[in-house]
Formats: sequence, C-alpha cells, structure tokens
Amino acid sequence: MSGSRPGGMIAIIASLVVTGVVTFLIYLAFAESLDAVRQPMTTFVPKSDNAELVHGVYKLIFWLAGAVFVGIMALTLAFSLVYRERPGREARQFHGNSRLEVVWTLIPVLLVVAMAVPTFSAMSVLSKPAPQGALQVVAVGHQWWWEFQYPELGITTANELHLPVNRPVNVTLRSVDVIHSFWVPQLTGKIDNVPGHDNHLWFTPTEARPEPYLAQCAEFCGLSHANMRFRVFVSETPAFETWVKDAKTERVAPSADLAKAGEQQFTASGCIACHTIRGNPTAVGKIGPDLTHFASRTTLASAMMDRTPENVRKWLHNPPAIKPGSLMPNLNLSPEALDKLVAYLDGLK
Amino acid sequence: MATAIGAMTHTEEDYGLWSWLTTVDHKRIGAVYTVAGFLFFLVGGLEAVAVRTQLAVPNGTVLDAESYNQFFTMHALTMIFLAIMPMGAGFFNYFIPLQIGARDVAFPRLNALSLWIFLGGGLLLNSSFFLGGAPNGGWFGYAPLSSIEYAKTSGMTFYVVGLLTLGVSTLIASLNFAVTIINMRAPGMSMMRLPVFIWMVLVVAFLLILSLPVLTVGLLQLYFDRVWGTSFFSPATGGDPILWQHIFWIFGHPEVYVLILPSMGIVSEVLPVMSKKPLFGYSAIVFAGAAIGVLGFGVWAHHMFTTGLGPVPQVVFSASTMAIGIPTGIKIFNWLGTMYGGNIRFVTATYFSVAFIAMFTIGGISGVMHASPPVDGHHQDSYFVVAHLHYVLFGGAIMGIFSGLFYWFPKMSGRMLDEGLGKITFWLMFVGMNLTFFPMHFLGLAGMPRRIYRYDADLGWETWNMVATLGSYTIALSVFIFLINVIKTMRKDKDAGDDPWGGATLEWATSSPPPAHDFDVIPEVRDRDPLWHDRDHGIARAAVPEHNHIHMPPPSYFPLIVALGALLLAVGSMTHLSVLGLGVVICIYGVWGWALEPTD
Repeated sequence: MSGSRPGGMIAIIASLVVTGVVTFLIYLAFAESLDAVRQPMTTFVPKSDNAELVHGVYKLIFWLAGAVFVGIMALTLAFSLVYRERPGREARQFHGNSRLEVVWTLIPVLLVVAMAVPTFSAMSVLSKPAPQGALQVVAVGHQWWWEFQYPELGITTANELHLPVNRPVNVTLRSVDVIHSFWVPQLTGKIDNVPGHDNHLWFTPTEARPEPYLAQCAEFCGLSHANMRFRVFVSETPAFETWVKDAKTERVAPSADLAKAGEQQFTASGCIACHTIRGNPTAVGKIGPDLTHFASRTTLASAMMDRTPENVRKWLHNPPAIKPGSLMPNLNLSPEALDKLVAYLDGLK
Repeated sequence: MATAIGAMTHTEEDYGLWSWLTTVDHKRIGAVYTVAGFLFFLVGGLEAVAVRTQLAVPNGTVLDAESYNQFFTMHALTMIFLAIMPMGAGFFNYFIPLQIGARDVAFPRLNALSLWIFLGGGLLLNSSFFLGGAPNGGWFGYAPLSSIEYAKTSGMTFYVVGLLTLGVSTLIASLNFAVTIINMRAPGMSMMRLPVFIWMVLVVAFLLILSLPVLTVGLLQLYFDRVWGTSFFSPATGGDPILWQHIFWIFGHPEVYVLILPSMGIVSEVLPVMSKKPLFGYSAIVFAGAAIGVLGFGVWAHHMFTTGLGPVPQVVFSASTMAIGIPTGIKIFNWLGTMYGGNIRFVTATYFSVAFIAMFTIGGISGVMHASPPVDGHHQDSYFVVAHLHYVLFGGAIMGIFSGLFYWFPKMSGRMLDEGLGKITFWLMFVGMNLTFFPMHFLGLAGMPRRIYRYDADLGWETWNMVATLGSYTIALSVFIFLINVIKTMRKDKDAGDDPWGGATLEWATSSPPPAHDFDVIPEVRDRDPLWHDRDHGIARAAVPEHNHIHMPPPSYFPLIVALGALLLAVGSMTHLSVLGLGVVICIYGVWGWALEPTD
C-alpha cells in the first residue's frame, strides 16, 4: 500500500493539510455571509419563523456538502501525489471490486436520504396554508416596480412593504405583465409572480427593527430587472397600527403656493393618467404607483434611490435615463415645472 | 484557420476548398466541427468577459441594460449550442469510427449535412447582433417575456429560428451516431467492450433524439405566438407561460447531460491510459452513465420549484433530482479507483482530467444542495446557481474537452502539443475558473440575483465581483496561450507517432493522422482494452493483404445544397415567403440529386 512506499505518508499528510487549509479559507468566506450589516441581503441570517425552519435544512445540507467536498478533494489530491509516475514502479492491474462498488453506491444513497428527510418534513410545514388571522397582502409585480395591496385595510402602496412583528403574513403573488419573483432573503425564500395564476407564501417576521429588510425581484423580467427592488419594514404592533392609520388617510391638500402650483402641474403634465393620489379627484390612474403617501416612503423608483428632493427632481427630469425601459416617459419638464412637482410630491406625507 | 484544418487531417491528397465543401470524410467533418466550435467558444468567451467587466464594480457603465441582456443570453446560447456541443460533435465524428474500428460513419453524406446546417444556424444566430439586436430574453426564453408584446425586436425570433435550425443539425447527427455505434462495430467489439467514451456518445445521442423534438414543438409554438399571433404561452389570451417552462426544461435538463456526458467519457479514456491500468468498474461507469441519462428525463421541474408547483410535484422532483447524485457519485468513486494503485503519467491531458473530477464534484455537490426545494427558494435565480452551473459546464464539460484536445491532438494532427505551454494553460485556467466561479457561491448566499446588469455599492457584493472578473481575465489569458500552443505546434514537423500515450483503444492502432480509410485492415477486437490485450498476449497487427481494395464513399456537394436550402427556409421564415419558397426548391433539388447520386 501507499504507506509502505517512501514519501507516500508525506503525500497523504500534504493532501490533508492543503485540503484543510483550502476548506478553512472557504469556511471563513462563507462565514462572511453571516454579517447582515455588511451584506444586508444575506440568506444566512433568518428573521422569520419559516426562514428559520428553512435555515435548519440549509445548515444541515451545507455541512453534508462540506464533508463530501473535503473527502473528494483530499482523495483526489492524495491519489495524484501518491500514485504519480515514478521510475521503476508498475501500475497494479485490476478491473474493479464489487464490494467497493456496493459501498460507494451506499454512501451517496445515505447522504441523499439524510438530505431528503429534513427537506420533506420542512416542506410539510411550509406547504400548509397560512395560519388563521394572518395579515393579507397582495404583492403585484410590474415591469419594473412592486405594488403592495392590503385588501382588508384598503391600503395600496408601492415598493415598501410594512409588516407588524410576530403576526403571520399571507402574501398573494400576482403579476400584470411578465414573470417576477418575490424574495426577501432574510424573511422568506422566493416564489414567482406568474401572470394568470396566483401564488402564495407566508411567514411570521420575528424581529422588529428600524432598518428595512432589503429585497429585489429574482426572476429575469426584462430591461430593468436589476432595478426592481423593494424594502420590507417590520415594526412593533403599535407602530404598524400608526402606519396603517396614516396610510388610510387621503392626501392633505397643499397649502404652500409652490406645492399648490405643483398639484396643477401634476394634472397639466398628464401624471394623473397613470398615478392615483387619493383625495386628488383628478389623479386616478392605475398604471404607475399610488402616490398618495409618496413622501412617507424612504425611496423612489422601485427603491433605486433615496427619496431626497434632489433625487425626485433627477428622476422626473428623465426617468428612462435612470431606469432603462421605464414606462414613465421623459416629459421634457421645464425647470420651473420640476420645482413645482418636487414641492408637491414632497408634501404627500 | 483554414490551413490549420488542412494540416489537421491530412486524409486526402486534395486540400482545396472544394474538397472541404464536398467532403464526407468523418475526420475532416470532425475537424471542421472542432475548429468551428472552438471559434464560437472564443466568441462566447468574449461575451462572458464583457459581462464580467460590466459587473466588476458597482453600477458598471461598460454595457447598457439592453446590450448586457443580449450578451448574457448569447453567451449561454453560444457556449451551449455553438461551442460545447460542436466540440463534442467534433470528437464524436472523429473518434467514433476510429474507436469502434470502422471506416466511416453509417451515413457519411448526412454527416456532412449536419455540419453545414450547424454552421449556417450558428452564423444565423450571431448575425442577429447586426440585424436589429440579438436575443435578449435568456437562453431559457421564458414566456411571456419572449412574446412579441415584451420582446419587440427580432432577437427572440432569431432565437426561435436559430435553435430550430441547430436542432435539425443535431438530430441528424445524433441518429447517425447511434446507428453507427450500433451497426458498424469491428468484429469482436461487443457492446460491453465499447470504449466508455463511445458509450457516453450513445447515451447523448438517445438523449437528443428523445428531447429535441420536445423543444422543437415548443419553439414552433413560440414562433406561432410571435409571428402569427396565436396564444400558446400568453396569459392575456388564455395561454400558459408555465407550459413553456415545462416544455423547455423537459429538453433543457437532458441537455445538461448532453453537455457533460461526453467529457465524462473523455476522462474515462484519459485516466486509465495515463494511470497505465484498466478503468476501474467499467460496467458500473457505463450503467451509471445510462442511469444519469434515464433519470435526466425525470427531473426537469427542479428548474421550476419557485413557480408554485404545489407540494406533491416538488417532493417527486426533489427526490428524483437527489437520486441523480447516486450514479454521479458512483462515477466519481470509480475514477478515483482508476487512479488508485496506478503509475500516473501527469501530462496536460491528465491534469485536465484530474481537475475535472474535483471541479465537477463541486458542481455536483451544489446541484444536490438545491435539489431541496426549501433551500432552492434561496438558491434559485441567485449567483449560487451561476456558480453551480459553471462548475458543471466549465469545471466539468470544458475541462474534459481540453483534456480531450490535449489527448487527441497528436492523433488528429500528427503533432504533440507543447507540454510546457499546456501546463501553463492548465494552471491559468484552473486558477482562473476557481477565482471566477467560486466567489459566485458567496455572492449568491449574500443575496445577489442573476441576470442583473448593475448592483449597488452598499450590498457587500463588490469584493467578490471584482475577484470573479479578474478570474475571467485569467481564463481568457489561458485560452490565448492555448491558441499560441496550437499555432506553434502546427508549424512543426509531425512528431507524434501512431501511439504517443500507450493507448488502449483502436484509434491508436492506425497512423497519426489516420489515412482516409482509417484502417488498412479492420482490426479484430479480443478485449475491452484491445491494444493492451494484444500487446500483453504478443498478438501482432494483422498484415495488409496484397490486394487490399477499400471502398470509400465519394465526395458529394448535395449535402451543402440541402443545407443551403434549409438555411434559406430559416431566413425565409423571418423575412419573406419568396425566400422560403426558394429554400423549398433548393432543398427538393438537393434531396433529388442526393437520392440519384451514384455512390461508387
């Protein structure tokens, strides 16, 4: 055997050391994914009950995969070193070994069973309908933004989903055009929004926090697929109820002159054809996002930018330049018109 | 490159262009397939480098969204249909007759036809870049994004027509290979003495014969939807976009095995020869390959775990997908068993084959990981899957093809590739591919979705994206050095001899490059490793009889004419009925002449 040959043992030890070092470095890199601050879309830090359940399977499968990786790498390396060509050595002539064949058929069988059992038991939970009393949300995919409806509460908003902590949420997934996919890495795995048939997923967020959970569309959906982002805010129940109360109100009529002029400009420029602003009787369009509480959102343009007056101005100046293919056209607005619109939109708290 | 092709085969006296256009010699056809596949590999590689350059830094500005989408779509289409499959087909053409002890394939003129249709289809698909925009909806062409409503340019029509054309070529070739392997074996070459490479080709041929018709139907439906306004896949008018996904992946998953099995075959040839001992567990490897082929038809919906299939299909397809890990594991252990106890000669071909085992294993492991639907909920459409598929297709298929190139180049050209440059190529490619693709695992776990042309700076994705881009440049450098190696090698005198590696299979029992008729005398096969058996038992090669009349099929230009007609059919289906009509006429003329052509 290899050990009897001078250098064989050294080669084996060297293979194990190299495999060990490589595996350790890879482990360190994987461990980086546990840093949800540096990597806010990490899949390794679950913050909901179902994400936690999936994470259990996830971890087990990672460890099994790691074990196979180490085993095969070490064997390949060791055989390459131990059995490399040496003068005077003869290759041993044999065609196979039935007992070994059985053994190494059983190894993958056992690994697969070890993966399948926890997988299927997790699926038996995940595939149940959402618990009674779950908050109902409809997530509608558009090219390229997200519409969020709360049918029981009569709220429609865009790109920023607000949820209470520790209450199950049942998300109905829908699309008005092509296939999109709803994925909030820390809260839930993805399910597609398929035009023509509704999908569902549910989860119970377990951590309220001021920073949003970042997310974006996962299914390739055309030109601005990369720009179809959204955010999920999970807050304590009282804070969520305050948000609901505010979100249900109609827009406050603008008082400042510039903002008033902005509301007229909003009509004159044709914005009303696509956007709804509840309380503004002319603005009832359904194609673009509901802007009733635009100024209470943290971002604009499907969470591409922070909602600062400068960014709003930049966006209105030429939307397709920022989001290629955007349905909202470049309206060639004059600087004065831009001033008015920015002032108006800024007042839509 | 024409001179390179000329020098590579050296099978007939005549090297003129006309001799290449009318050849029915499987070696010449194989050489053109290999060279054309390699040129397309360079094109697909440049597309990949452009994509990686765009993603090197956050908010990259090298490509705009539209060209990015065209580039990643064409990168996949080119690498799958125009590079890996044709380079495989090149080896199939060249080495099936040589390894089974035949003088040509069963249908030499059909062989030429499949080559010309492939070249036409490949050029047609790439011409889209200059004719209004390349396909931009992904190689999977998901409905309804592929519909005329959401893909207004002609790109996706090029996709449909290009793939249909290439499909015809592939189907012809597959039938030809299957018939050849079953019917043309030398005396004594029983099925269980076939080289493993030939077994894998046979599995691939049947995979394509059974799966391509499904894709053809889907593509025709998509063509009808786009051009004639039907609604097979459009939900707005009662069609079903999920139907397209089922059709596409019933083809698409077997296609993955079409890409990887030939390389598994190559590794199963190279490892025993370089280890100087028989393949460990021949029948286990053969049956495992066939099992992968059969199971490959029962796993397609694992590409669709996130579409809302419901729990029962998810469990079924999850279980069948995990089950594919079993025959795959058997193969890996048997290759290691082949190395065990050997006296392994580490030439460049060996490096690539050993790297294949390790790299393919990584792709196999991650593949089994997302066989679990809950885990797939995170992996699907993330960079983790990009990492997975490139470990299978680059770490597996491409590493195997490079192993085959270094192993068989002496047989095809009569010249040994430079080993020093070869090892530089290997190490650069090995390091480069791991730098490119391993970090994509981390990116996927950090939530980076696929197919995005830009990303923000504050998501923690910058470092690994930069590393991946540098890795892709390293791969490009390795391919460049390989090209230098080929050019340098083609300029030197023939130095390979008949059998530079001490090979076990029949292709090493004839000259390098082989004569037009392959073997002066058809060899008789007495063992699974015929050359080693004859060597060990002192059996000399049969003497050439004094009057050795060998009948070879004469050259024919009719395959070229039929292919031209088929190409006009394709162009006509996108332009004008008159072009289509002309295509029909030329096809009929070509087939007519073909049928009446004397074959003596």
